[in-house]
Amino acid sequence: MIPGPIRAVVVGASAGAVEALLTILPQLPDGYPAPVLVVVHVPPDRDHALVALMDPRCRVRVKEAEDKELAEPGTVYFAPADYHLLVETEGTLALSSDELVNYSRPAIDVLFESAAHAFGPDLLAIVLTGANEDGAEGLLAVCQAGGTALVQDPASAMAATMPQAALRACPSAQIADMDGIVAALRAAGGAA
Amino acid sequence: MTISAPVEDIEIELLLEALNQRYHYDFRHYARASIRRRLTQARIQLGFASLSAMQEALLHDAALLPRLLNYLTVQVSEMFRDPGYFRALREQVVPHLKTYPSLKVWVAGCSNGEELYSLAILLREEGLYDRTLFYATDINPNALVAAETGIYSLDLIRRFTENHQKSGGRSSLSDYYRADHGRAVFDRTLRERVVFSDHSLVTDAVFSEMHLISCRNVLIYFDRDLQDRAVGLFRDSLVRHGFLGLGSKESLRFSAHSAAFTEFVRDEKIYLRQGA
Ligand SMILES: C[S@@+](CC[C@H](N)C(=O)[O-])C[C@H]1O[C@@H](n2cnc3c(N)ncnc32)[C@H](O)[C@@H]1O
Repeated sequence: MIPGPIRAVVVGASAGAVEALLTILPQLPDGYPAPVLVVVHVPPDRDHALVALMDPRCRVRVKEAEDKELAEPGTVYFAPADYHLLVETEGTLALSSDELVNYSRPAIDVLFESAAHAFGPDLLAIVLTGANEDGAEGLLAVCQAGGTALVQDPASAMAATMPQAALRACPSAQIADMDGIVAALRAAGGAA
Repeated sequence: MTISAPVEDIEIELLLEALNQRYHYDFRHYARASIRRRLTQARIQLGFASLSAMQEALLHDAALLPRLLNYLTVQVSEMFRDPGYFRALREQVVPHLKTYPSLKVWVAGCSNGEELYSLAILLREEGLYDRTLFYATDINPNALVAAETGIYSLDLIRRFTENHQKSGGRSSLSDYYRADHGRAVFDRTLRERVVFSDHSLVTDAVFSEMHLISCRNVLIYFDRDLQDRAVGLFRDSLVRHGFLGLGSKESLRFSAHSAAFTEFVRDEKIYLRQGA
Protein backbone atom coordinates (compact mmCIF):
# COMPACT_ATOMS: atom_id res chain seq x y z
CA MET A 1 0.00 0.00 0.00
CA ILE A 2 1.00 3.61 -0.48
CA PRO A 3 2.07 5.14 2.84
CA GLY A 4 1.23 8.62 4.19
CA PRO A 5 1.40 11.97 2.46
CA ILE A 6 3.93 12.36 -0.29
CA ARG A 7 5.91 15.49 -1.03
CA ALA A 8 6.74 14.78 -4.63
CA VAL A 9 6.22 12.43 -7.55
CA VAL A 10 8.95 11.63 -10.05
CA VAL A 11 8.29 9.94 -13.36
CA GLY A 12 10.65 8.53 -15.96
CA ALA A 13 9.73 7.43 -19.46
CA SER A 14 11.37 6.86 -22.80
CA ALA A 15 10.07 5.09 -25.93
CA GLY A 16 6.28 5.25 -25.80
CA ALA A 17 6.36 8.10 -23.27
CA VAL A 18 3.96 10.41 -25.05
CA GLU A 19 1.09 7.95 -25.17
CA ALA A 20 1.65 6.83 -21.61
CA LEU A 21 1.80 10.37 -20.27
CA LEU A 22 -1.25 11.35 -22.27
CA THR A 23 -3.11 8.60 -20.45
CA ILE A 24 -1.85 9.51 -17.01
CA LEU A 25 -1.33 13.24 -16.64
CA PRO A 26 -4.79 14.44 -17.74
CA GLN A 27 -6.26 12.38 -14.92
CA LEU A 28 -4.48 14.30 -12.20
CA PRO A 29 -6.98 16.52 -10.42
CA ASP A 30 -6.67 20.27 -10.30
CA GLY A 31 -4.63 21.21 -7.25
CA TYR A 32 -2.86 17.87 -7.00
CA PRO A 33 -1.04 18.22 -3.66
CA ALA A 34 2.49 17.42 -4.84
CA PRO A 35 4.77 18.52 -7.66
CA VAL A 36 5.29 15.96 -10.43
CA LEU A 37 8.77 15.94 -11.95
CA VAL A 38 9.13 14.18 -15.27
CA VAL A 39 12.11 13.07 -17.30
CA VAL A 40 11.42 11.92 -20.83
CA HIS A 41 14.28 11.04 -23.14
CA VAL A 42 14.20 13.48 -26.00
CA PRO A 43 16.79 14.19 -28.68
CA PRO A 44 19.01 17.13 -27.65
CA ASP A 45 18.30 19.29 -30.67
CA ARG A 46 14.56 19.08 -30.72
CA ASP A 47 13.12 21.43 -28.19
CA HIS A 48 10.46 19.07 -27.21
CA ALA A 49 6.84 19.92 -27.64
CA LEU A 50 5.73 17.90 -24.62
CA VAL A 51 4.68 20.90 -22.57
CA ALA A 52 2.67 22.35 -25.42
CA LEU A 53 1.09 18.97 -26.00
CA MET A 54 0.25 18.17 -22.39
CA ASP A 55 -0.68 21.51 -20.87
CA PRO A 56 -3.99 22.05 -22.67
CA ARG A 57 -5.03 18.49 -21.89
CA CYS A 58 -4.30 18.62 -18.18
CA ARG A 59 -6.04 20.10 -15.19
CA VAL A 60 -2.73 20.54 -13.40
CA ARG A 61 -0.28 23.15 -14.66
CA VAL A 62 2.40 21.79 -17.02
CA LYS A 63 5.69 23.58 -17.66
CA GLU A 64 9.35 23.13 -18.43
CA ALA A 65 11.52 22.99 -15.32
CA GLU A 66 13.63 26.08 -14.72
CA ASP A 67 16.83 26.22 -12.76
CA LYS A 68 16.33 27.18 -9.09
CA GLU A 69 12.56 27.45 -9.18
CA LEU A 70 10.60 26.03 -6.30
CA ALA A 71 8.71 22.88 -7.26
CA GLU A 72 5.09 23.73 -6.50
CA PRO A 73 2.22 21.34 -5.89
CA GLY A 74 -0.32 21.00 -8.65
CA THR A 75 2.36 21.37 -11.28
CA VAL A 76 4.04 18.99 -13.69
CA TYR A 77 7.63 19.88 -14.57
CA PHE A 78 9.37 18.44 -17.60
CA ALA A 79 13.16 18.33 -17.81
CA PRO A 80 14.31 20.48 -20.73
CA ALA A 81 16.09 18.82 -23.63
CA ASP A 82 19.85 18.46 -23.11
CA TYR A 83 19.82 19.21 -19.36
CA HIS A 84 19.65 16.94 -16.38
CA LEU A 85 16.92 17.76 -13.91
CA LEU A 86 17.66 17.41 -10.19
CA VAL A 87 15.86 18.46 -7.06
CA GLU A 88 17.53 20.02 -4.04
CA THR A 89 16.67 19.13 -0.44
CA GLU A 90 14.77 22.44 -0.05
CA GLY A 91 12.55 21.37 -2.93
CA THR A 92 13.96 23.69 -5.57
CA LEU A 93 14.72 22.38 -9.02
CA ALA A 94 18.21 22.37 -10.48
CA LEU A 95 19.38 21.87 -14.04
CA SER A 96 22.83 20.73 -15.04
CA SER A 97 24.71 20.05 -18.22
CA ASP A 98 26.76 17.22 -16.73
CA GLU A 99 27.84 14.33 -18.91
CA LEU A 100 25.27 11.99 -20.41
CA VAL A 101 24.11 9.29 -18.03
CA ASN A 102 22.90 6.04 -19.62
CA TYR A 103 23.50 7.76 -22.95
CA SER A 104 20.95 10.39 -22.10
CA ARG A 105 20.57 13.90 -20.87
CA PRO A 106 18.17 14.31 -19.19
CA ALA A 107 18.57 11.01 -17.37
CA ILE A 108 15.98 9.43 -15.12
CA ASP A 109 18.59 8.09 -12.68
CA VAL A 110 19.87 11.60 -12.01
CA LEU A 111 16.41 12.91 -11.13
CA PHE A 112 15.43 9.88 -9.08
CA GLU A 113 18.62 9.78 -7.04
CA SER A 114 18.39 13.44 -6.14
CA ALA A 115 14.70 13.10 -5.30
CA ALA A 116 15.35 10.01 -3.16
CA HIS A 117 17.79 12.07 -1.16
CA ALA A 118 15.57 15.13 -0.97
CA PHE A 119 12.29 13.43 -0.09
CA GLY A 120 13.20 10.05 1.40
CA PRO A 121 10.02 8.13 2.24
CA ASP A 122 7.77 10.96 1.08
CA LEU A 123 8.37 10.24 -2.57
CA LEU A 124 6.47 8.30 -5.21
CA ALA A 125 8.64 7.23 -8.14
CA ILE A 126 7.22 5.76 -11.32
CA VAL A 127 9.08 4.06 -14.15
CA LEU A 128 7.10 3.83 -17.38
CA THR A 129 7.68 2.41 -20.83
CA GLY A 130 11.13 2.62 -22.44
CA ALA A 131 13.68 0.77 -24.51
CA ASN A 132 16.75 1.28 -22.32
CA GLU A 133 17.73 0.76 -18.70
CA ASP A 134 17.74 4.30 -17.40
CA GLY A 135 15.78 4.68 -14.16
CA ALA A 136 16.69 1.32 -12.68
CA GLU A 137 19.44 2.59 -10.41
CA GLY A 138 17.44 5.63 -9.53
CA LEU A 139 14.48 3.51 -8.54
CA LEU A 140 16.76 1.44 -6.34
CA ALA A 141 17.87 4.63 -4.59
CA VAL A 142 14.21 5.54 -4.06
CA CYS A 143 13.51 2.12 -2.52
CA GLN A 144 16.56 2.35 -0.29
CA ALA A 145 15.46 5.76 0.96
CA GLY A 146 12.09 4.30 1.86
CA GLY A 147 10.13 5.89 -0.97
CA THR A 148 7.36 4.19 -2.92
CA ALA A 149 8.45 2.61 -6.18
CA LEU A 150 5.96 1.88 -8.91
CA VAL A 151 6.71 0.27 -12.25
CA GLN A 152 4.51 0.00 -15.29
CA ASP A 153 3.63 -3.62 -15.97
CA PRO A 154 6.07 -4.57 -18.74
CA ALA A 155 3.25 -6.45 -20.46
CA SER A 156 1.27 -3.22 -20.81
CA ALA A 157 4.24 -1.07 -21.78
CA MET A 158 4.94 -0.12 -25.36
CA ALA A 159 8.63 -0.87 -24.66
CA ALA A 160 9.25 -3.35 -21.86
CA THR A 161 13.02 -3.01 -21.36
CA MET A 162 12.94 -0.08 -18.99
CA PRO A 163 10.24 -1.37 -16.63
CA GLN A 164 11.90 -4.78 -16.67
CA ALA A 165 15.27 -3.34 -15.73
CA ALA A 166 13.65 -1.28 -12.98
CA LEU A 167 12.00 -4.39 -11.54
CA ARG A 168 15.27 -6.29 -11.62
CA ALA A 169 17.02 -3.50 -9.74
CA CYS A 170 14.20 -2.98 -7.32
CA PRO A 171 12.20 -6.22 -6.91
CA SER A 172 10.11 -4.76 -4.11
CA ALA A 173 8.58 -2.19 -6.48
CA GLN A 174 4.86 -2.39 -7.09
CA ILE A 175 3.71 -3.30 -10.58
CA ALA A 176 0.69 -1.67 -12.15
CA ASP A 177 -1.01 -1.17 -15.49
CA MET A 178 -2.07 2.29 -16.61
CA ASP A 179 -5.25 2.29 -14.51
CA GLY A 180 -3.29 1.13 -11.49
CA ILE A 181 -0.75 3.88 -11.96
CA VAL A 182 -3.44 6.52 -12.17
CA ALA A 183 -5.10 5.09 -9.07
CA ALA A 184 -1.81 5.08 -7.16
CA LEU A 185 -1.11 8.66 -8.14
CA ARG A 186 -4.54 9.77 -7.03
CA ALA A 187 -4.28 7.79 -3.80
CA ALA A 188 -0.86 9.26 -3.06
CA GLY A 189 -2.40 12.66 -3.60
CA GLY A 190 -5.11 11.89 -1.10
CA ALA A 191 -7.94 11.47 -3.64
CA ALA A 192 -9.83 8.26 -4.33
CA MET B 1 20.92 10.67 21.15
CA THR B 2 19.31 12.74 18.41
CA ILE B 3 20.43 12.09 14.90
CA SER B 4 20.29 15.22 12.78
CA ALA B 5 21.62 15.34 9.24
CA PRO B 6 22.39 12.13 7.36
CA VAL B 7 26.06 11.21 7.69
CA GLU B 8 26.75 11.80 4.05
CA ASP B 9 25.46 15.37 4.25
CA ILE B 10 27.89 16.06 7.07
CA GLU B 11 30.70 14.43 5.13
CA ILE B 12 29.99 16.64 2.13
CA GLU B 13 30.05 19.78 4.28
CA LEU B 14 33.33 18.75 5.84
CA LEU B 15 34.97 17.77 2.60
CA LEU B 16 34.05 21.06 0.94
CA GLU B 17 35.32 22.87 4.02
CA ALA B 18 38.61 20.99 3.83
CA LEU B 19 38.96 21.73 0.15
CA ASN B 20 38.42 25.40 0.82
CA GLN B 21 40.68 25.71 3.84
CA ARG B 22 43.49 23.62 2.47
CA TYR B 23 43.45 24.51 -1.23
CA HIS B 24 41.22 27.59 -1.55
CA TYR B 25 38.83 25.95 -3.93
CA ASP B 26 35.44 26.99 -2.65
CA PHE B 27 32.58 24.75 -3.73
CA ARG B 28 30.51 25.37 -0.61
CA HIS B 29 27.92 27.37 -2.48
CA TYR B 30 27.62 25.25 -5.56
CA ALA B 31 24.22 23.68 -6.27
CA ARG B 32 24.32 20.84 -3.80
CA ALA B 33 22.45 18.06 -5.60
CA SER B 34 24.89 18.09 -8.47
CA ILE B 35 27.92 18.31 -6.15
CA ARG B 36 26.60 15.32 -4.24
CA ARG B 37 26.36 13.27 -7.42
CA ARG B 38 29.81 14.24 -8.52
CA LEU B 39 31.41 13.57 -5.16
CA THR B 40 29.78 10.17 -5.04
CA GLN B 41 31.09 9.44 -8.51
CA ALA B 42 34.58 10.57 -7.48
CA ARG B 43 34.49 8.49 -4.31
CA ILE B 44 33.58 5.34 -6.22
CA GLN B 45 35.95 5.83 -9.13
CA LEU B 46 38.88 6.92 -6.97
CA GLY B 47 38.23 3.91 -4.75
CA PHE B 48 37.34 5.39 -1.37
CA ALA B 49 34.99 3.68 1.05
CA SER B 50 33.53 6.93 2.28
CA LEU B 51 33.66 10.65 1.65
CA SER B 52 35.47 11.03 4.97
CA ALA B 53 38.22 8.74 3.74
CA MET B 54 38.46 10.76 0.56
CA GLN B 55 38.66 13.94 2.63
CA GLU B 56 41.50 12.58 4.69
CA ALA B 57 43.47 11.60 1.62
CA LEU B 58 42.82 14.98 0.06
CA LEU B 59 44.10 16.86 3.09
CA HIS B 60 47.37 14.97 3.10
CA ASP B 61 47.99 14.42 -0.59
CA ALA B 62 47.86 17.42 -2.89
CA ALA B 63 48.20 15.13 -5.90
CA LEU B 64 44.60 14.12 -5.38
CA LEU B 65 43.40 17.67 -5.89
CA PRO B 66 43.49 17.93 -9.70
CA ARG B 67 41.80 14.54 -9.98
CA LEU B 68 39.05 15.60 -7.66
CA LEU B 69 38.67 18.90 -9.51
CA ASN B 70 37.95 16.95 -12.66
CA TYR B 71 34.93 15.51 -10.92
CA LEU B 72 33.80 18.66 -9.17
CA THR B 73 33.92 20.81 -12.28
CA VAL B 74 31.94 19.82 -15.32
CA GLN B 75 33.86 19.91 -18.57
CA VAL B 76 31.01 19.48 -21.00
CA SER B 77 31.22 21.86 -23.92
CA GLU B 78 31.05 22.19 -27.70
CA MET B 79 32.13 24.67 -30.31
CA PHE B 80 29.28 26.97 -31.23
CA ARG B 81 27.12 25.24 -28.64
CA ASP B 82 23.59 26.57 -29.07
CA PRO B 83 24.19 28.04 -32.53
CA GLY B 84 21.37 30.54 -32.04
CA TYR B 85 23.42 32.25 -29.35
CA PHE B 86 26.37 32.74 -31.68
CA ARG B 87 24.08 33.84 -34.49
CA ALA B 88 22.61 36.47 -32.20
CA LEU B 89 26.09 37.66 -31.24
CA ARG B 90 27.02 37.85 -34.90
CA GLU B 91 23.90 39.62 -36.09
CA GLN B 92 22.98 41.79 -33.15
CA VAL B 93 26.02 42.33 -30.95
CA VAL B 94 28.85 42.53 -33.50
CA PRO B 95 27.45 45.72 -35.13
CA HIS B 96 27.84 47.45 -31.76
CA LEU B 97 31.27 45.97 -31.15
CA LYS B 98 32.38 47.38 -34.50
CA THR B 99 32.01 50.89 -33.13
CA TYR B 100 34.90 50.40 -30.68
CA PRO B 101 38.51 50.88 -31.80
CA SER B 102 39.67 48.11 -29.47
CA LEU B 103 37.81 45.35 -27.67
CA LYS B 104 38.12 43.10 -24.67
CA VAL B 105 36.22 39.84 -24.53
CA TRP B 106 36.11 37.58 -21.47
CA VAL B 107 35.15 33.93 -21.69
CA ALA B 108 34.53 33.03 -18.05
CA GLY B 109 34.50 29.29 -17.37
CA CYS B 110 36.12 28.49 -20.72
CA SER B 111 36.49 24.75 -20.06
CA ASN B 112 38.64 23.14 -22.77
CA GLY B 113 38.41 26.20 -24.98
CA GLU B 114 35.51 25.34 -27.25
CA GLU B 115 33.63 28.55 -26.51
CA LEU B 116 36.78 30.66 -26.77
CA TYR B 117 37.69 29.33 -30.21
CA SER B 118 34.12 29.78 -31.34
CA LEU B 119 34.24 33.46 -30.41
CA ALA B 120 37.71 33.91 -31.86
CA ILE B 121 36.55 32.44 -35.17
CA LEU B 122 33.36 34.46 -35.12
CA LEU B 123 35.19 37.73 -34.50
CA ARG B 124 37.74 36.88 -37.15
CA GLU B 125 34.95 36.25 -39.64
CA GLU B 126 33.47 39.58 -38.69
CA GLY B 127 36.78 41.40 -39.09
CA LEU B 128 37.16 42.21 -35.40
CA TYR B 129 39.75 39.70 -34.29
CA ASP B 130 42.77 41.95 -34.76
CA ARG B 131 41.44 44.62 -32.46
CA THR B 132 40.31 42.21 -29.75
CA LEU B 133 42.05 40.97 -26.64
CA PHE B 134 40.53 37.81 -25.19
CA TYR B 135 40.64 36.56 -21.63
CA ALA B 136 39.84 32.90 -21.15
CA THR B 137 39.52 31.89 -17.52
CA ASP B 138 38.64 28.80 -15.56
CA ILE B 139 39.45 27.19 -12.23
CA ASN B 140 40.32 23.78 -13.61
CA PRO B 141 44.04 23.71 -14.47
CA ASN B 142 43.67 20.71 -16.78
CA ALA B 143 40.96 22.52 -18.70
CA LEU B 144 43.12 25.62 -19.06
CA VAL B 145 45.97 23.56 -20.49
CA ALA B 146 43.59 21.88 -22.92
CA ALA B 147 42.17 25.26 -23.92
CA GLU B 148 45.62 26.61 -24.58
CA THR B 149 46.49 23.54 -26.63
CA GLY B 150 43.41 23.76 -28.85
CA ILE B 151 43.32 20.14 -29.94
CA TYR B 152 40.06 18.21 -30.19
CA SER B 153 39.17 14.74 -31.30
CA LEU B 154 38.20 14.62 -34.96
CA ASP B 155 35.05 12.73 -33.96
CA LEU B 156 33.71 15.95 -32.53
CA ILE B 157 34.42 18.05 -35.57
CA ARG B 158 31.35 17.09 -37.51
CA ARG B 159 29.14 18.38 -34.73
CA PHE B 160 31.24 21.52 -34.34
CA THR B 161 31.05 22.13 -38.08
CA GLU B 162 27.27 21.77 -38.12
CA ASN B 163 26.97 24.18 -35.22
CA HIS B 164 29.29 26.65 -36.90
CA GLN B 165 27.22 26.60 -40.07
CA LYS B 166 24.00 27.07 -38.11
CA SER B 167 25.53 30.01 -36.29
CA GLY B 168 25.84 31.79 -39.63
CA GLY B 169 29.53 31.00 -40.13
CA ARG B 170 30.94 32.81 -43.13
CA SER B 171 33.88 30.50 -43.60
CA SER B 172 34.51 26.78 -43.31
CA LEU B 173 35.54 25.50 -39.92
CA SER B 174 38.20 23.45 -41.68
CA ASP B 175 39.99 26.69 -42.48
CA TYR B 176 40.94 26.86 -38.81
CA TYR B 177 42.36 23.45 -38.03
CA ARG B 178 44.46 20.73 -39.58
CA ALA B 179 43.78 17.04 -39.09
CA ASP B 180 46.55 15.10 -37.47
CA HIS B 181 46.29 11.48 -36.29
CA GLY B 182 42.60 11.60 -35.52
CA ARG B 183 42.85 15.00 -33.93
CA ALA B 184 41.93 18.48 -35.07
CA VAL B 185 44.72 20.90 -34.24
CA PHE B 186 43.42 24.44 -34.18
CA ASP B 187 45.36 27.27 -35.74
CA ARG B 188 47.69 28.92 -33.26
CA THR B 189 46.91 32.36 -34.65
CA LEU B 190 43.47 31.97 -33.06
CA ARG B 191 45.06 32.24 -29.67
CA GLU B 192 47.66 34.89 -30.39
CA ARG B 193 45.46 37.46 -28.74
CA VAL B 194 44.26 35.32 -25.85
CA VAL B 195 45.31 35.47 -22.22
CA PHE B 196 44.58 32.17 -20.47
CA SER B 197 44.28 32.50 -16.76
CA ASP B 198 43.26 30.80 -13.57
CA HIS B 199 40.39 32.88 -12.20
CA SER B 200 37.51 31.92 -9.97
CA LEU B 201 34.16 33.64 -10.11
CA VAL B 202 33.75 32.65 -6.48
CA THR B 203 36.88 34.09 -4.94
CA ASP B 204 38.67 36.36 -7.42
CA ALA B 205 38.13 40.00 -8.34
CA VAL B 206 37.60 42.21 -11.36
CA PHE B 207 40.72 42.34 -13.53
CA SER B 208 39.85 44.45 -16.54
CA GLU B 209 37.12 46.37 -18.37
CA MET B 210 35.26 44.23 -20.85
CA HIS B 211 33.03 44.91 -23.84
CA LEU B 212 31.66 41.39 -23.97
CA ILE B 213 31.55 38.69 -21.32
CA SER B 214 30.44 35.21 -22.30
CA CYS B 215 29.80 32.99 -19.32
CA ARG B 216 27.74 30.01 -20.28
CA ASN B 217 26.68 27.04 -18.20
CA VAL B 218 28.74 28.05 -15.21
CA LEU B 219 26.24 30.01 -13.11
CA ILE B 220 23.85 27.07 -13.34
CA TYR B 221 26.17 25.21 -10.96
CA PHE B 222 26.04 27.99 -8.33
CA ASP B 223 23.45 28.66 -5.68
CA ARG B 224 21.61 32.00 -5.75
CA ASP B 225 24.06 33.84 -3.48
CA LEU B 226 27.01 32.74 -5.50
CA GLN B 227 25.25 33.66 -8.73
CA ASP B 228 24.76 37.13 -7.31
CA ARG B 229 28.44 37.35 -6.49
CA ALA B 230 29.46 36.33 -10.00
CA VAL B 231 26.95 38.59 -11.72
CA GLY B 232 28.15 41.46 -9.51
CA LEU B 233 31.63 40.77 -10.82
CA PHE B 234 30.35 40.92 -14.40
CA ARG B 235 28.50 44.15 -13.68
CA ASP B 236 31.68 45.72 -12.36
CA SER B 237 33.78 44.36 -15.24
CA LEU B 238 31.64 45.62 -18.11
CA VAL B 239 31.90 48.97 -19.78
CA ARG B 240 28.68 50.94 -20.01
CA HIS B 241 26.59 49.21 -22.68
CA GLY B 242 28.85 46.18 -22.58
CA PHE B 243 27.30 42.78 -23.26
CA LEU B 244 26.83 39.73 -21.09
CA GLY B 245 25.89 36.37 -22.59
CA LEU B 246 24.70 33.47 -20.44
CA GLY B 247 23.76 29.85 -21.08
CA SER B 248 20.38 28.98 -22.52
CA LYS B 249 18.89 27.97 -19.14
CA GLU B 250 20.47 30.78 -17.16
CA SER B 251 19.01 34.24 -16.65
CA LEU B 252 19.25 37.38 -14.58
CA ARG B 253 15.56 37.26 -13.74
CA PHE B 254 16.10 36.51 -10.07
CA SER B 255 19.47 38.20 -9.75
CA ALA B 256 20.13 40.88 -7.14
CA HIS B 257 21.79 42.80 -9.97
CA SER B 258 19.06 42.50 -12.57
CA ALA B 259 18.49 46.28 -12.48
CA ALA B 260 22.01 46.84 -13.80
CA PHE B 261 21.16 45.01 -17.03
CA THR B 262 18.49 45.00 -19.70
CA GLU B 263 17.59 42.12 -21.94
CA PHE B 264 19.24 42.60 -25.30
CA VAL B 265 18.43 39.33 -27.06
CA ARG B 266 15.93 37.78 -24.76
CA ASP B 267 15.77 34.24 -26.10
CA GLU B 268 19.53 33.91 -26.29
CA LYS B 269 20.14 35.32 -22.81
CA ILE B 270 22.22 38.25 -24.01
CA TYR B 271 22.11 41.25 -21.69
CA LEU B 272 23.20 44.86 -21.94
CA ARG B 273 24.95 46.61 -19.08
CA GLN B 274 23.12 49.80 -18.19
CA GLY B 275 24.98 53.00 -17.37
CA ALA B 276 25.70 53.48 -13.71
C1 LIG C 1 29.88 23.11 -18.18
S1 LIG C 1 31.38 23.94 -18.40
C2 LIG C 1 30.90 25.22 -19.53
C3 LIG C 1 31.83 25.38 -20.68
C4 LIG C 1 31.45 26.44 -21.70
N1 LIG C 1 31.36 27.75 -21.11
C5 LIG C 1 30.14 26.07 -22.36
O1 LIG C 1 29.09 26.66 -22.09
O2 LIG C 1 30.16 25.19 -23.22
C6 LIG C 1 31.62 24.77 -16.86
C7 LIG C 1 33.01 25.35 -16.66
O3 LIG C 1 33.02 26.26 -15.55
C8 LIG C 1 34.20 26.08 -14.82
N2 LIG C 1 34.02 26.62 -13.48
C9 LIG C 1 33.43 26.02 -12.42
N3 LIG C 1 33.50 26.81 -11.33
C10 LIG C 1 34.12 27.96 -11.72
C11 LIG C 1 34.48 29.16 -11.04
N4 LIG C 1 34.22 29.33 -9.75
N5 LIG C 1 35.11 30.14 -11.74
C12 LIG C 1 35.39 29.97 -13.05
N6 LIG C 1 35.07 28.85 -13.74
C13 LIG C 1 34.45 27.85 -13.08
C14 LIG C 1 34.45 24.61 -14.90
O4 LIG C 1 35.78 24.26 -14.61
C15 LIG C 1 34.05 24.30 -16.35
O5 LIG C 1 35.14 24.44 -17.19
